[in-house]
Amino acid sequence: MAMALGRAATAAVRLRAWSWLTTVDHKRIGILYLVTSAFLFLVGGFEAFLIRLQLIRPDNHLVSSAMYSQLFTMHGTTMIFLAVMPILVGFMNAVMPLMIGARDVAFPRLNALSYWMYLAGALLLNSSWFLGGAPNAGWFNYAPISTGAYNPGPGIDFYDLGVQIAGIGTLMTGINFLVTILAMRTEGMSLMRMPLFVWTTLITSLLIIFAFPPLTANLFFLMFDRLAGTAFFNVPHGGDVVLWEQLFWTFGHPEVYILVLPAFGIISEVVATFSRKPLFGYASMVWAVEVIAFLSFIVWSHHMFPVGLGPTVNTMFVLTSMAIAVPTGIKIFNWIATMWGGRIQLTTAMLFAMSFIPTFVVGGTSGVMTALAPADMQFHDSYFVVAHLHYVLIGGTLMAVFAAAYYWFPKITGRLMSERLGRWNFWLVTVGFNVAFLPQHFIGLWGMPRRVYTYGPGLGLSFWNALSTVGVFILTLGILVMVMNVVHALRRGEAAGPDPWDGRTLEWSTASPAPPYNFARLPRVRGRDAFWEQKRSTERELWPVDRHIHLPSPTPVPALMALGLLVAAYGAIFRSIPVVAAGLGLTVYGIHRSMFDVDPGVIVTPTEEGAA
Amino acid sequence: MGPSVIAGMAGAPLRYPQSALAPAGPVARSEFQLIQLSLVIMLGVFVAVTAAFAYTAVRYRSRPGNLAPASAVDENRRLEIGWTLVPLILLVVMAVPTVKDSYALTPPDTPRVVDVRVIGHQFWWELQYTRLGVTTANELVIPYGRKIDLSLTSADVIHSFWVPRLAGKTDLNPGQLNTAWIQADRPGVYEGQCAEYCGLGHANMHIRVVAVTDREFARWVDGMRHPRVTPASALAKRGMALFGQVGCSSCHTVAGTRFHGQLGPELTGMGNRATIAAGTLTNTPAHLRRWLANPPAILPGSTMPDLHLTGSQISALTAYVESLR
Ligand code: HEC
Ligand code: HEM
Ligand SMILES: [Cu+2]
Repeated sequence: MAMALGRAATAAVRLRAWSWLTTVDHKRIGILYLVTSAFLFLVGGFEAFLIRLQLIRPDNHLVSSAMYSQLFTMHGTTMIFLAVMPILVGFMNAVMPLMIGARDVAFPRLNALSYWMYLAGALLLNSSWFLGGAPNAGWFNYAPISTGAYNPGPGIDFYDLGVQIAGIGTLMTGINFLVTILAMRTEGMSLMRMPLFVWTTLITSLLIIFAFPPLTANLFFLMFDRLAGTAFFNVPHGGDVVLWEQLFWTFGHPEVYILVLPAFGIISEVVATFSRKPLFGYASMVWAVEVIAFLSFIVWSHHMFPVGLGPTVNTMFVLTSMAIAVPTGIKIFNWIATMWGGRIQLTTAMLFAMSFIPTFVVGGTSGVMTALAPADMQFHDSYFVVAHLHYVLIGGTLMAVFAAAYYWFPKITGRLMSERLGRWNFWLVTVGFNVAFLPQHFIGLWGMPRRVYTYGPGLGLSFWNALSTVGVFILTLGILVMVMNVVHALRRGEAAGPDPWDGRTLEWSTASPAPPYNFARLPRVRGRDAFWEQKRSTERELWPVDRHIHLPSPTPVPALMALGLLVAAYGAIFRSIPVVAAGLGLTVYGIHRSMFDVDPGVIVTPTEEGAA
Repeated sequence: MGPSVIAGMAGAPLRYPQSALAPAGPVARSEFQLIQLSLVIMLGVFVAVTAAFAYTAVRYRSRPGNLAPASAVDENRRLEIGWTLVPLILLVVMAVPTVKDSYALTPPDTPRVVDVRVIGHQFWWELQYTRLGVTTANELVIPYGRKIDLSLTSADVIHSFWVPRLAGKTDLNPGQLNTAWIQADRPGVYEGQCAEYCGLGHANMHIRVVAVTDREFARWVDGMRHPRVTPASALAKRGMALFGQVGCSSCHTVAGTRFHGQLGPELTGMGNRATIAAGTLTNTPAHLRRWLANPPAILPGSTMPDLHLTGSQISALTAYVESLR
């Protein structure tokens, strides 16, 4: 009897695991993204913690030089490709279709494939620690130090193929979201009525589509150099090492806007909601996002001022880079103007969104400083840049991610996070972050390059480095409080109800969590802030509930295709052609199935509660 | 000119010896002025925006029981034009000197008095005074008050030349030649280090610029061209013999001898240098002994191997290296 029960329980677990493995529901894929990327954020954070521990005092011997270079490479690569970008994709998955009143994304299977490829890339990269050493040439992996001649171990192969697989997954996400937003909006949701988060998702998708191909090409070149002995970056054989830099940064600069535009969208939603006012200057906000996205493609050489491209090239990139400050400034002013005259509710989400403003201004202004080429000759590759990039990525993106987490957690899980813990979370993170990174501006100006595992006591930097590490201790506490808050909320958080914040956008008009079909009746949109208007309008037009909603059926094929790529990648890294062939065979089989399978789908009838 | 002279010239130790905020030459000074200008403007922007933000946040904080939707102003043309134009003007103020400096700091096509070819190696700097026929490593001796032209390249991976008090960075790319120039206003030692991650020894790849008077420079050049070839002491003589026998000479060159190795830094005049191993250790016999006993232990990733020398071999070699003046 007991055994039978036990068997039933394991069967149930198996069934649950299977349902996650085969899901094509954007909300569940969103949860998969969020859980995976949150975990990888903790991994990347742990690596950063070790980095700062090593730098707490001069001539420290906690980790070796070899270990240190793996740590900063994996920290940067993990944070950019495996943590922060996928966290944003997770939120887009979780709420974007709801915000436009759609039942799912345009290509649900492709969406699942994107996630599984991301997971495959993440597993591949992180397994390198145990399989011969992690990559060690920095997150931008310059040639020739990443080529076989200077880096024979497998680490760089893990970087190359891991980023490639995850990156192609991201590329498919970009295509998917672009089509979704252009084709699947509900009646009345014109482009200029879309919530800003949807706008930034749309523009981010375009950035992904145009920015990732140069990276893909670059990674292929390097792969050919390393696996097949070509000479793209092999100088004695006529290769060119600046080629890698050019291609990397034509991807790399748009990439940082891929990380920051969605944050702009989040801030716009949260600030408007908790100021209880419509967003100020909606049209100019949309315009600013578009201009920033366009400019982001013509500024890449500001990452390369000391490379020796000459004053004329440098000047061109100085001017385009400085120009980005104008639309960015407009966004900041618009957020403040949104708060002006509002009723500002200091929820945790709003606190994070508000602290975004001054910290992002620090990152933005130090960004303008680094755009001034002659001055940048001093900033470049020093701790000034480390400070700048963390003010933008933590002070900007991560603050927005925290805001989004508190804001949308109730929609995703149906439960509220604790506001009391939230306050601890907020203050510890804000104080810790600034103590950790403000001094780094000066550490850089006083002569400390980035990516050094040690520094001498004679440089005068001992105190400031110690202070910076203390800041990281505080920041770490703040992040642990966040983890506690999530665990606590999942266990016994207050039920949220559909609309805990008196929201303005359509995701709040359906149950929390939303039913698989999202809306029993698709909403009809009459203006911006669709749900806010609807709540206040007197006429209640009820259209009939959809009785037969057609949803795509679950399928294991996307996971299988990603598994195939993972196997093939291991084959390539350990130079085994049969394994490569087997892996690619699996993937091709999956492509074949995806092309020729006819999916009958499933018909769902909404329950009453979903129809509310 | 021995190490004592160099040490004496350094004067009181600086609190931040590698600071871009203490420029000691025209290039770093132009850069510093631009840093100052942009810092002041940007601080102004930060203060203004943060003040507006803080005022708004405090003034419109919701009081308990007052959750009525607020005034729904969501547009104001004049304001929006204003906050587009003001940043634009500030940017122009910074752009003008930026563009001017970008051109002004580019070295001319025809090299000036002293020109040095700087070649990056994992993890040390080869310094060839092309027109003077002198080669050395890691300590760049220059006459102060003069413009020194540098042409920079790399023998292996990318490195970056950075002596913050004299000039910002210039990359050393394999297969390409970059140019830059430096000038030191005063005699002294200017600390710098490699600024582009180049491998395990990156953190220890220091460069020191030693600025001296014209006379001292001429004397230094003369000494490098006509070094003392046969050492005086018996111990150093034995070291010289060992230098060829144990294989030092397969990597190191000493001018005037039959040692012509190319893989490591030229050791001509080594006894006069203030530091060894790319500035990691001061040049004392004790440190030299430690270095010869196990180089990778001092410089992780160093291409100079542990040659498993005996204690007496190390003593002899140390005496020889110290005698190279
Ligand atoms: C395989 C090549 C190789 C051999 C053999 C070798 N060295 Fe070196 N040596 C180097 C390299 C490379 C460096 C530069 C290390 C660095 O700074 O990264 C160096 C540095 C030095 C330095 C410090 C130079 C400076 O500019 O700071 C001294 C002194 C030295 N070697 C002496 C010796 C002696 C004595 C021997 C023989 C016992 C020897 N080396 C054998 C390659 C070699
Ligand atoms: C959680 C707290 C974090 C801490 C304490 C931290 C700390 C650091 C430090 C000290 C470095 C410099 C290492 C070196 O140059 O030697 C670094 C590099 C870097 N960090 Fe972070 N970081 C954190 C979060 C993030 C986040 C959220 C992101 C991105 C979204 C990020 C992206 C990067 C990148 C791209 C680099 C450069 C890596 C390289 O040089 O290749 N970091 N971090
Ligand atoms: Cu270097």
